[in-house]
Amino acid sequence: MASAVSVRPKQKIRESASDRIFMFFVYAILSIIIVLVLYPLVYILSSSISSPLAVTSGRVWLWPVDISFKGFATIFKTPQIMTGYANSLFYTAAGTMISVILTIMLAYPLSRKTFYGRSFILIMVTFTMLFSGGLIPTYLVVKELGMIDTRWALLIPNAIWVWQVIIARSFFQATIPNELIEAGELDGCSDWKFLTSVVLPLSKPIIAVLVLMYAVGQWNAYFDALIYLKSDKLYPLQIVLRSIIIQNNSNGVMDPSIQVERAQLAELLKYSLIVVATLPVLIIYPFVQRFFVQGMLVGSVKG
Amino acid sequence: MDVVHVVKRPKRGTGAAASFKRHWQLYLLVLPPVLFFVIFKYYPMANAVLAFKDFNVIQGIWGSPWVGFKHFRLFFENPIFWSLLKNTILLSFYLLLAGFPIPILLALMVNEVRNTRFKRFVQLVTFAPYFISTVVMVSIIMLFLAPRLGFANVLLSSLGMDTINFLGEPGMFRSIYVWSDIWQTAGYSAVIYLAALAGIDPTLYEAAKVDGASRFQKILHVDLPGILPTITIILILNVGNVMALGFEKIYLLQNSLNISSSEVIATYVYSVGLLNANYSFATAVGLFNSLINMILLITVNSLAKRISNTSIW
Repeated sequence: MASAVSVRPKQKIRESASDRIFMFFVYAILSIIIVLVLYPLVYILSSSISSPLAVTSGRVWLWPVDISFKGFATIFKTPQIMTGYANSLFYTAAGTMISVILTIMLAYPLSRKTFYGRSFILIMVTFTMLFSGGLIPTYLVVKELGMIDTRWALLIPNAIWVWQVIIARSFFQATIPNELIEAGELDGCSDWKFLTSVVLPLSKPIIAVLVLMYAVGQWNAYFDALIYLKSDKLYPLQIVLRSIIIQNNSNGVMDPSIQVERAQLAELLKYSLIVVATLPVLIIYPFVQRFFVQGMLVGSVKG
Repeated sequence: MDVVHVVKRPKRGTGAAASFKRHWQLYLLVLPPVLFFVIFKYYPMANAVLAFKDFNVIQGIWGSPWVGFKHFRLFFENPIFWSLLKNTILLSFYLLLAGFPIPILLALMVNEVRNTRFKRFVQLVTFAPYFISTVVMVSIIMLFLAPRLGFANVLLSSLGMDTINFLGEPGMFRSIYVWSDIWQTAGYSAVIYLAALAGIDPTLYEAAKVDGASRFQKILHVDLPGILPTITIILILNVGNVMALGFEKIYLLQNSLNISSSEVIATYVYSVGLLNANYSFATAVGLFNSLINMILLITVNSLAKRISNTSIW
């Protein structure tokens, strides 16, 4: 990067006409891409704070029309949605904690050279990326364990992602030098003590990556809830969204006294719901983007 | 410090028993995750023998009678087999052909940008849709393409054209699926190529400059060869996943009007297996899919190894 910056003034003078045309196209295409990516997001945000009538009559193009917060007001008055929100918060917090702990418990020993049997365990773990028993056999195991229609079904059966284990293992291998491990052993430090007082404090970046990836995955997940859960009171937000937006079940969401506006409000509600479900993630994202990028890059280094 | 050097290391055994004795805490640590894989990954693999049995609830998986390849034969002889296979393969290859090059082009373009702020902004914006959940993604698609009130149709009718029921057209299903996928993941996928581009030896660029290469020539002769190993690995992974299409999004986009092109093997397994409780048959179909997928991945990987010396294992 540093060399690119210092070269810049010279390059500007020497840049040929064809290079300038080329760069014009690069900037133009990238600008079009930005618009294409941002437009749907802005459109939905604007719709969510427009009046129900403006949304259903197609008057919203870019900015909000007749600003109103009726959609959001309805969301906060709907118990079904609020329960879903609370459930999703719980699944995200509990699921992330379980997943991160299990991932480290597996990845750390696998990073230790003196750990006999590590290649066997590593092969056993990565093979599951290649081949799986399939939907039904897994479902039957979860059923056999009595987890169907319990919160456990969303927390345990997919708790460990192999990819995360590989990332964490490469990180440990790269950042915990062998000399440090040997020094610890000489001082009579137990493996457990070494992990908690030396390794974990050095591993904050990778823990951040694991937490973020698992948390986003858990917040956005819906498939496990679809197959394992039956009771409304356990549903995460994504399932509630699906039923209201995709299956168009807004019955019972709204107060019957507002029959007239009902159809319009139902339409507006969809936009507001999308915003409510996505905003928490998209607001945190710019601040933590570098962690995600880091995570992807650590994983791409062959361990 | 000197003392440390003098102290002889405790004698190390190398066998399993010695390692176990010294590192019993590590073994204890690794036990729960290993149990996790045994219970939730390997036990289901064993349960997949279901595919060769006629499952009934009373006798359970192991007690049910063996029927050999009956369910596989039923599946292959069923006319739906060819349409499932066709839909799965067409959708996958469409996604591969359109979705694979775009992140590479995006990364090459972003890499040319010298204005750091613009560069960061492009990356920030294009990466963002990756965090949108499948349910929300499909919700957005449905709102934009809704028959009457959707943005696309409001636009069409304001231009004086006929409205289209996009999601009810079997012919449009694949394009909707693929292009929304690209919208959502291109920025994310580009990150890996950008990292590879950043790792290219700077002296190569200087040499190219001395030779008077234009920006485009530099991309062609320095950038592309530099990221070729990364491209190969991602291509192997993508081809290997051709049969493992994301079930969630297809299932959510599916409706009775577009089902002729949107029913793929994964959605069929779900509807036959869990909705109709036809466990053995659905397991056979799923097993067939897993096997094809594994064979594909192994084949592509060994091909890549032979051709370009790049492989994922």
